[in-house]
Amino acid sequence: MIAEIGEIVAEKTYALTRDSLVRYAGASGDFNPIHYRDDVAQGVGLPGVLAHGMLTMGFAIQPVAEWIGDSGKILDYQVKFTRPVPVDAADGASVTVVAKVGALTDAEIRIDLTVTFADQTVLGKAQALVSLA
Amino acid sequence: MNPELQGRVFAPTAPYLVGREKIREFARAVFATSPVNLDPDAARAAGYADVVAPPTFPVVVQESTLAQLLAEPDGGIDFTRVVHGNQRFSYTRPIVAGDELTATLAVTDIKTLGGHSMVTAESTIVDATGAHVVTAISTLVVRGDE
Repeated sequence: MIAEIGEIVAEKTYALTRDSLVRYAGASGDFNPIHYRDDVAQGVGLPGVLAHGMLTMGFAIQPVAEWIGDSGKILDYQVKFTRPVPVDAADGASVTVVAKVGALTDAEIRIDLTVTFADQTVLGKAQALVSLA
Repeated sequence: MNPELQGRVFAPTAPYLVGREKIREFARAVFATSPVNLDPDAARAAGYADVVAPPTFPVVVQESTLAQLLAEPDGGIDFTRVVHGNQRFSYTRPIVAGDELTATLAVTDIKTLGGHSMVTAESTIVDATGAHVVTAISTLVVRGDE
């Protein structure tokens, strides 16, 4: 796992559908209806059903986990939720993750994630610390 | 929101037994493909007792602590106005199937900014021996009256 600061170590695009949201709701226990009912989402002023922020956080780290091959090496992971991801009933939503080396020591590597939907970032300060031990 | 929530520590949650199939279900839901998350043999080969939970899995355990916070009688938090602001997981070790986890919630910070309130909820998650596994930190934004 040799890397340099600024190097892109992984890049992946995820095609979210309403099915993805229902599956995540069941797996996580987050049954907030704004993630599966347009009428409820629109009733609180949203354009329609949104992806769970925690779903976006959950898959955004996966390209890093695949790169290191062992998600147990991830010591710390944080994000700021900056924009919602609306998931169209027919077309879904396409979200792209780019993982870049932000900092490097002998013991740890910091990966900075850029996560975009429709050319706008949806997470801020998305960073993971990975153990090199 | 009641500013006196700051510094409040809640009762530990009932123990949560992490199941292998729950980890696999969660892993599939977050598009995880790593064998250590899905295949017990691959996990053992990597030195773990069983499949490893994906990094955001503690949200499943944290859920019950946030329910405690929202249900606090004097908390004054209107669930319909809550937006997730930030999330962080800080690990001592990864979660693996078979772990029995207990979470203790503390409200570490409350800020008010232009009619909105921000509450930082820190859930310290320990295993059956009491050893630290992971701390899950959520900042929730409670929108004020429009």
